[in-house]
Amino acid sequence: MADKILEVEDLSVEFATYGGTVKAVRGVSFDVNRGETLAIVGESGCGKSVTVQAIMGIIPMPPGKITGGTAKLNGENILGLPPKEANRFRGVEIGMIFQDPMTSLNPTMTIGDQISETLMVHRGMSYTDASRRAVELLDKTKIAEAAKRAKQYPFEFSGGMLQRAMIAQSLACNPSVLMADEPTTALDVTIQAQILELMAELQRTENMSIILITHDLAVVARMADQVAVMYAGQIVESGSVDDIFYRSSHPYTLGLKEAMPTNKRDGKKTLTPILGSPPDLFHPPTGCGYFARCPYAMAVCEHHQPEEHHLTDSDAEHQARCWLQHEGAPHIKALNQPGADQRD
Amino acid sequence: MIETKDLAKHFQVGRGQILHAVDGISMKIQENEILGLVGESGSGKSTFGKALIGLHPLTSGSTIYNGHTLPTKFNAADHLKYSKELQMIFQDPYSSLNPRMTVLDIVGEGLLIQGKVSRNDVKEQVADWLGKVGLNADHMSRYPHEFSGGQRQRIGIARAMIIQPRFVVCDEPISALDVSVQAQVVNLLEELKNDLGLTMLFIAHDLSMVRYVSDRMAVMYLGSLVESGPADEVFFHPQHPYTKLLVEANPEPDPASERLRQHVPIAGEITSPMNLGAGCRFADRCPQAMDHCRNVTPKITFIAENHTVSCHLFDQS
Repeated sequence: MADKILEVEDLSVEFATYGGTVKAVRGVSFDVNRGETLAIVGESGCGKSVTVQAIMGIIPMPPGKITGGTAKLNGENILGLPPKEANRFRGVEIGMIFQDPMTSLNPTMTIGDQISETLMVHRGMSYTDASRRAVELLDKTKIAEAAKRAKQYPFEFSGGMLQRAMIAQSLACNPSVLMADEPTTALDVTIQAQILELMAELQRTENMSIILITHDLAVVARMADQVAVMYAGQIVESGSVDDIFYRSSHPYTLGLKEAMPTNKRDGKKTLTPILGSPPDLFHPPTGCGYFARCPYAMAVCEHHQPEEHHLTDSDAEHQARCWLQHEGAPHIKALNQPGADQRD
Repeated sequence: MIETKDLAKHFQVGRGQILHAVDGISMKIQENEILGLVGESGSGKSTFGKALIGLHPLTSGSTIYNGHTLPTKFNAADHLKYSKELQMIFQDPYSSLNPRMTVLDIVGEGLLIQGKVSRNDVKEQVADWLGKVGLNADHMSRYPHEFSGGQRQRIGIARAMIIQPRFVVCDEPISALDVSVQAQVVNLLEELKNDLGLTMLFIAHDLSMVRYVSDRMAVMYLGSLVESGPADEVFFHPQHPYTKLLVEANPEPDPASERLRQHVPIAGEITSPMNLGAGCRFADRCPQAMDHCRNVTPKITFIAENHTVSCHLFDQS
């Protein structure tokens, strides 16, 4: 059994708005193993960012509210702690990097000072020591002329460099978990490749776990060990990266794959869009969230929440929240269903 | 159908500094083809697209459209004349739609400006086009903020297409959209190309998508064209060192092949387009750069009938 560093169970988050209550995350459970990468994939608005923000304790409350669940870091529940206690682990045990480095760093502080601040607050270092360490960290994230760069302000950095600086900051206290919320979405492919390689390398050297939030399946294929596919505030399928790509067991996972071009030479495949839009989370559907868009939807899906079905097709844990995994369900050719010998 | 000769667009940015956004691009786009244009941000793709249809006055060079040379600087009459045939779909579906106009006004405005149609006809045509792009006629009286990103992008497409142009510049029409919606927009563009015989310049930075959409593909770096050819040729047999690195950096949605791949990212970042001199623009980042590359601008070399590369490694002499 792999060493679990973070165990999230049944996490639910709501937001009170003028229009009513949005149930953004509806009972999400997952584990993160030490030294591995878990990718959380899904469309905008599916609750993937809210999930990690809730664990990190950075959801503004109100309007946000964690309505249930636990998140255990090394066995200790860290969900919904008061800020003072939360500061023991956030930024220390768990580091975080954001999608848009330009707006996530303070424009009026030098890069070096922003990194040293972390060290002074959490480690009680002196300014001089912290500044020296900040330069080392920038060096570690492969920023050339780190000493000079540390004295510069965010506007003097390019997008890729800022993302490196933010990684340096998140590594300041040697976290055991790094949460990365769409870290490369704003970057060019060439810079994306650099940042992903840097993250993979740091993971190896520091034995760090990574939670990677992304909507890009190619990035998932490049980085992930485990994958959780989210839709409408729930995890609809989870498993090893190979389970998700080669033994897709939920129609939504299949839909995402069909909507993307591959780099295969043998002619063009036709892209199949997922029609319609995600359900209104002010009034989440009583049945399966994907019902309205699912090409294989059955009568049962409309009003009955699908159970989580455990698949036994690989050694790893592979789960899908879909009625088609029920033993009485019809066989769908494109879908991985135990008992049927279809594989794509 | 549309051809550029040594097209250049420089911007004066004050203090005598010149930003070389596009520098000497010669390119041909054939009737009824989709030419994909890729490159990093800051490589001048959008500026090139805009200059091509007269939205930027040219610094030098020329654009030839169906045998006529287009004016280097469009005046109001030129815009009116050419906007019937040359249209553009903008990158950002949020800032490119006027928030104070209804969808009917946004999509129908072009028709009214072109004249020759009554208000009722406009309404009919707008309804028709909204249907074609997957929206419905009820949406006509709504404002842009009531739509999602994908829907807005489709409003932008309807606005460009209602004029029934011959040539459309699509500037990153899908990069702001979710994967599931990207496929819808891409399929729609292909359909329009086949049904209406459209010619398109498809600008994007997503290599896999460009390869999927385009007949031919062109790669830009710092304002210059480094390689162009049939999409599959450029994608699977890249010749220019920059194209090779770009293709290598492009991840594939397949874990098995990602595990096999060597991850050697391209070093450095795109340099500043200020005050550029002679020499190959990519020389500073190129793993195969020679002294020669830093001093002499490479010429376009044909390595196959319709596959060109601008690189000294391919010089015959």
